[in-house]
Amino acid sequence: MNSEYVVKMNGISKEFSGNRVLKDVSLMVKPGEIHALMGENGAGKSTLMNILFGMPAIWNTGGYDGTIEIDGETVKIDSPQKAMECGIGMVHQEFMLIPGFTATENIKLGREVTTPTVASSFLGKSLEVLDRRQMRKDARKAMDTIGLSIDENTLVGGLPVGYMQFIEIAREIDKTGMKLLIFDEPTAVLTESEAERLLKTMKVIAGKGIAIIFITHRIDEVIEVADSLTVLRDGTFIARLETKDVNASKIAEMMIGRKVEKLVDETEDNRSLNKDDVVLKLRDYHVDMPGETVRGIDLDVRRGEILGIGGLAGQGKIGIPNGILGLYHASGTVEFEGESIDPSKLGDALKRHIVFVSEDRRGVGLLLEESIEQNIVFTATQVENKFMRNYGFFRQYDKAAAKKHAEDMIKELDIRCVGPEQLVGSLSGGNQQKVCLARALTMDPKLLIVSEPTRGIDIGAKKLVLELLVKLNRETGMTIIVVSSELNELRSLSDRIAIVSDGKISGILKPDDSDANFGLAMSGVKVGGADDGEA
Amino acid sequence: MMEKLKSAAKRMNMPRLIIILFFVFIVLLAYFNDINVNSFIGSTLKYWGMWGVLVLAMVPSIKCGIGPNFGISLGIVCGLLGSLLSIEFGITDMFNAILPGLGPWAAIAFAMISSAFFAWFVGVGYGKILNCVKGSEMTVTTYIGYSFIYLMCIVWFRAPFTNSEIKWPIGASGVRNSLSMESSFGEVLNDFLGFEIAGVYVPTGLILFFLLCCLVVYLYFRSKSGMAMTAAGANPNFARANGIDVDKMRVKGIAISTVLGAIGIIVYTQGFGILQAYTAPLTMGFQCVAAILIGGATTGKAKISHVIIGTFIFQGLLMFTPSVSNKLLAGTDISDTMRQIIQNGVILYALTKAKGGSSNEE
Repeated sequence: MNSEYVVKMNGISKEFSGNRVLKDVSLMVKPGEIHALMGENGAGKSTLMNILFGMPAIWNTGGYDGTIEIDGETVKIDSPQKAMECGIGMVHQEFMLIPGFTATENIKLGREVTTPTVASSFLGKSLEVLDRRQMRKDARKAMDTIGLSIDENTLVGGLPVGYMQFIEIAREIDKTGMKLLIFDEPTAVLTESEAERLLKTMKVIAGKGIAIIFITHRIDEVIEVADSLTVLRDGTFIARLETKDVNASKIAEMMIGRKVEKLVDETEDNRSLNKDDVVLKLRDYHVDMPGETVRGIDLDVRRGEILGIGGLAGQGKIGIPNGILGLYHASGTVEFEGESIDPSKLGDALKRHIVFVSEDRRGVGLLLEESIEQNIVFTATQVENKFMRNYGFFRQYDKAAAKKHAEDMIKELDIRCVGPEQLVGSLSGGNQQKVCLARALTMDPKLLIVSEPTRGIDIGAKKLVLELLVKLNRETGMTIIVVSSELNELRSLSDRIAIVSDGKISGILKPDDSDANFGLAMSGVKVGGADDGEA
Repeated sequence: MMEKLKSAAKRMNMPRLIIILFFVFIVLLAYFNDINVNSFIGSTLKYWGMWGVLVLAMVPSIKCGIGPNFGISLGIVCGLLGSLLSIEFGITDMFNAILPGLGPWAAIAFAMISSAFFAWFVGVGYGKILNCVKGSEMTVTTYIGYSFIYLMCIVWFRAPFTNSEIKWPIGASGVRNSLSMESSFGEVLNDFLGFEIAGVYVPTGLILFFLLCCLVVYLYFRSKSGMAMTAAGANPNFARANGIDVDKMRVKGIAISTVLGAIGIIVYTQGFGILQAYTAPLTMGFQCVAAILIGGATTGKAKISHVIIGTFIFQGLLMFTPSVSNKLLAGTDISDTMRQIIQNGVILYALTKAKGGSSNEE
């Protein structure tokens, strides 16, 4: 029996150790259709695709609830092999190719064409000889289908990433009985012209009756090629729509959604922010941080404000503070209070009281095997010579003063621990974050940059940390930059939010701007915002 | 209860516990076999002080993130050079002429200061090489240590020393295989305030000097630069985020280690009474590494207490084990075999626990 849909996933739910990442999600794709699967980071797109492809990560964590139907028949896909037998192929984000093999060998790997020999007749199939001519022919055919013109004998190793992606696609469509092809953010690593060609290729493949699931967060691409789309948000199914019925801002709005929870309680706000009182000025600012490249940013941070920097993962928002602090190579102008900072000089920003709380708490933010006290005072001892007693020509660590300060901080920030001697590695995520903040505050920051302040900490601690930031800002007038991938978080505490996309700022918005504007900015469309028409 | 015991054993770290028990067992065995325990305790004390500073040299190299400095022979060679220069210039006689009894002290001071000077420069270069091979420091330090010893063999052989105590009896130049320190600064530290109690000779000056060195290193690691070095070793990314130049800290750490190695070999030589050139120091690095590991250090963490405890147990074992085994297994000589087994076994154990040098950086 043939059904209308090639794939139908019904009521899919998935838990990772008690944490529900998918709730009753369904997905339906017709033959020959390009179907876009959309959502923010963490919306559950990858998990859903891993379920469909039978990845071991799903089965090792207790499987899933719900049913999958292929061509109307209920199947249980418990391994990638099974998925392939069902005619599902996947083009991975990280290329699964062997660099030392030719294009042909990569395309035909595991499905080689062989001819029997004398030896193989009694020693088995593994001694058959490769029919290289036939293999090359098959590879050529697959490559021609998608318009890949390189020689089929080229080694894959030295090819540009765009070509590798196409070889991977060629490998998938060379498989017989291919019904459904999953593209996991295929355009993320491609240049503009390559991406365009890829989209064209997708149409060609779909024209042959193969259905395509296209995972992306670039709305314009979806509008261009997809026939229909499914939007996920926080692991729930939002809508399945035909592309012709929607426009870009509608999609963006669905992706972001307005969450009702308020993360920070209202506090009295009697600050007066001056648009022209700029503390930090970035001009043509580039940072060469792998995976978070910043490609030329102009940004002004006003004295006394909380500036949010948002955007999707990998778009460059994390690179901004890391460059200022000199952790990755940065270029361009960085001016703090009118004086320029040399980001290539490690510690130059720190000396001017620009303090950074890193997103990588355990890797960069803490000395896990040292005490709370050491972690809190360390930066101040190094940069300011605080907590050091001077004995004429040499200085010694002043344990008593450091301990007292650590105890004060523990009380002030409510760090739950047995005492300042406890090792930081044994604290919970929220308390570790407070230790990081305590270290930053010990430096008396003029500008505090907090990156992913609530990553990996529970909801209660989240609220405390965010409220602490607001309190610091309101009471001491401290300028704070918060970098976060959680838009909701930024909207509940920031005065302005800069959205970074593709290493550039696509818009500076007000926290109460429409969801659609945020969604569009995050997918790279330039939008006007907070800086326009504001006094 | 079991849990408590287990966690206590974990804190104590298993191999250290086993070795301490083994040491106690050997001492008891010696006592019940009518071996003169007192004289062995005396030599254990002496060797504890003699090796102490060399083992101490492991602390800065471990703390700065490089791991145990198998190439301590670089420092050792610098120390030998300083000692030879001190003999060559006849510092002892020079100062004895001014004030009788001052000579040996002046000689050892000259040897230490001059060799510390060489060792600093050698150590800086050595550290720069190690910064190019992050992640495989342990292999590279071993190779560099070995090659430097052999390079210096050529130097020793051709060096234009003129003092008749240094050069070969026949021939124009070159350093002898081993030369007596009696006329320069032999046993000057050992005999300082030394006394005998119940048949045990206590080399007070030697032990005081060792503890003084420990104190200096301890104070250094409580200074700003020392704290920065510890952080650079424990978490390079954290250190960078706090404006610390990790590479510079590593160079500094290994340079300090090399200087301590140079001073350490001078302390050793004065106690031993004989200066050994050429390939004698070839495997001294392994003994130092084994000693600090027995003391409870790992390839990533070390404390002064590890040095003090580890050197004592390791040297104690080396003193007692051969005499006991010779008594029990008459006619055999397995002393050196025992040393090799203990020393290399401990290093091997530590390496199985190591987490790949400082390759965790970025």
